[in-house]
Amino acid sequence: MSGANGTALLEVENLEVRYPVPRGLSGAVLRQPHSFVHAVSGVSFTVRRGEMVALVGESGCGKTTTAHAILRLVEPDAGAVLFDGIDVTTLPHRELRRLRRRMQIIYQDPYESLDPRFRVEATVAEPLTVHRIGTRHERHNAVERALEQVGLSPPGLFSERFPHELSGGQRQRVAIAASLVLEPDLLVADEPVSMLDVSVRAGILAILDELRDRGLAVLMITHDLSTAARFADRICVMYLGRIVEEGPALEVIGNPQHPYTKALLSVVPRRDPRQRVTAQILRGETPNPIVIPSGCRFHPRCPIAIDECLISDPDLRGPAGASSAPHRAACLLAGR
Amino acid sequence: MSRALLEVEDLHVWFDLPNRRELHAVQGVSLSVDAGARIGLVGESGCGKTTTILALMGLLPPTASVCGRVFLEGEDILASGERTVAPHRWKDIAMVFQGAMNAFNPVRRIGDQIAEPMELHGTADGADATARVRELLDVVGIAPARAKSFPHELSGGMRQRAAIAMALATSPKVLLADEPTTALDVMVQAQILELLTGLSRELGLALVFVTHDLPVVAQTCTEAAVMYAGKIVEKGPTDTLYHAPRHPYTRLLFGATPDLESRDEVVSIPGVPPRLDAPITGCPFRPRCDSAFAPCESLAPELVSVGDGHAASCHLTAVVSQTIGAP
Repeated sequence: MSGANGTALLEVENLEVRYPVPRGLSGAVLRQPHSFVHAVSGVSFTVRRGEMVALVGESGCGKTTTAHAILRLVEPDAGAVLFDGIDVTTLPHRELRRLRRRMQIIYQDPYESLDPRFRVEATVAEPLTVHRIGTRHERHNAVERALEQVGLSPPGLFSERFPHELSGGQRQRVAIAASLVLEPDLLVADEPVSMLDVSVRAGILAILDELRDRGLAVLMITHDLSTAARFADRICVMYLGRIVEEGPALEVIGNPQHPYTKALLSVVPRRDPRQRVTAQILRGETPNPIVIPSGCRFHPRCPIAIDECLISDPDLRGPAGASSAPHRAACLLAGR
Repeated sequence: MSRALLEVEDLHVWFDLPNRRELHAVQGVSLSVDAGARIGLVGESGCGKTTTILALMGLLPPTASVCGRVFLEGEDILASGERTVAPHRWKDIAMVFQGAMNAFNPVRRIGDQIAEPMELHGTADGADATARVRELLDVVGIAPARAKSFPHELSGGMRQRAAIAMALATSPKVLLADEPTTALDVMVQAQILELLTGLSRELGLALVFVTHDLPVVAQTCTEAAVMYAGKIVEKGPTDTLYHAPRHPYTRLLFGATPDLESRDEVVSIPGVPPRLDAPITGCPFRPRCDSAFAPCESLAPELVSVGDGHAASCHLTAVVSQTIGAP
């Protein structure tokens, strides 16, 4: 775990993203007010060089939108994304394009994310072509290096193949290789193993682990707490567009402070049949992000909510109220 | 000899491929499922899990040939193909398909769709069926008034519950569930697993879970069968499989699965499963096995009992049990 000593590469501050909800014809005629899906509402965190941060939460909690806003694949509505000190959110497109070389993303589904008509060599070389980097010979060498890095060796055996000639795990390796040719500083991995067989997942995660050890900053988006617990240095738990708890992975897993984190951890099935945990099953579903509950957004499902929770919206804070503590939770009752 | 509720004996499935080739998808699977049992069928994609349970329902496409016997309460339901299996399908043995929550007809109300198996088998119709639908929705934790909803008005978790309600419509004795929680969030998964476990405990429903998620099986099932290349390579109580696996594949699968509280290294299994369109000599797992030795290359191991309801097909197991068993 080299995380804690690295310098901050990515600083996300109070990020907000909302999507307009179509009003429909009658809504437009009646001039109903516009409503919004509040996908991300005030998210702040940092990722250091040589650190893997996992953003965990259920579907619809805003994890992927956060990742897309960081790369400016969606436009944030408020807040800042500082990449190596440069605010990505206000950068003109020409400069953004240059910066994007240093931040890459890999997607969940390697069956969808690779162009079926491109051979492996062309897929991995494409980012270089797009950014007009190197001569043909240099690109070829870069592709071979990237393929070696993701364990597709000897590269010659794979570079002429088409995606349909590869297994799922190999495809994801190709996708990672394509993100590595530009030698990025930040890699965003959006559910990198959820479509893959259990038997090959560990291999893909080991690649990310090794890249982290070599100084890359990795932001992993996942709904799988076991994976986050095993591979990430720090974990941020998201609920309804907010980070409700963040801290060192072992701390968050071993000593959760927020009732939502506690409930989530209690329902993660353990490998060992003898290890039974009393599941604390939250009823209902995550409320819809168009109408965010008042006060603490978790209060309607919270097993320990008190009257104050209906009114006051808690900030992330340390167990003793110290906001700089590495382990923080957004709960009025945390540490009380 | 008294038989279990569902007994599968030496089930084989072949699929026709172009150029007169065949894919031997299921290669002699035997299983026995008692009332109230929860059995997990686990393994990598393509190992024959889904094909096995589709065969039990007689739902394989015409390109498939099936042989073997499937006894449901002593009656061989595969004896005369469709003629013997059709009366039991949905009525005694029902299934929740993979992605069932996305398979509802979008323009028909949920309640009407849940009533369909009842009308088909004549167990209820009209007002009776409506009443039964409301009862079923209540059992699976959906407000009965939701019978009037269209599928798009329900969340993913609720649609999955509705799919379970539909499978329960004619009070089957055996429920086959193909990856019932795979696309769901962990909290919704917990709700669905709690529901299925409750059904098996309270109604004595026998459950067969097909999944690649070992922790789900570990926490939900009483027994598990690990499949590899169309065969069951190890089966037994879940506790024994985790704490005393006898097949290297079982051990490696658990080792490839991260656990919330374990800092053990998670290691992937090298290589890929063998192709099933050509005969395999020796042990099918040999190329990926970390313990393979001389006989594995030429001799296919048999599934042998290694103790209390625990069986494994590995030459090492045979060697070990012989040594122990020798007088």
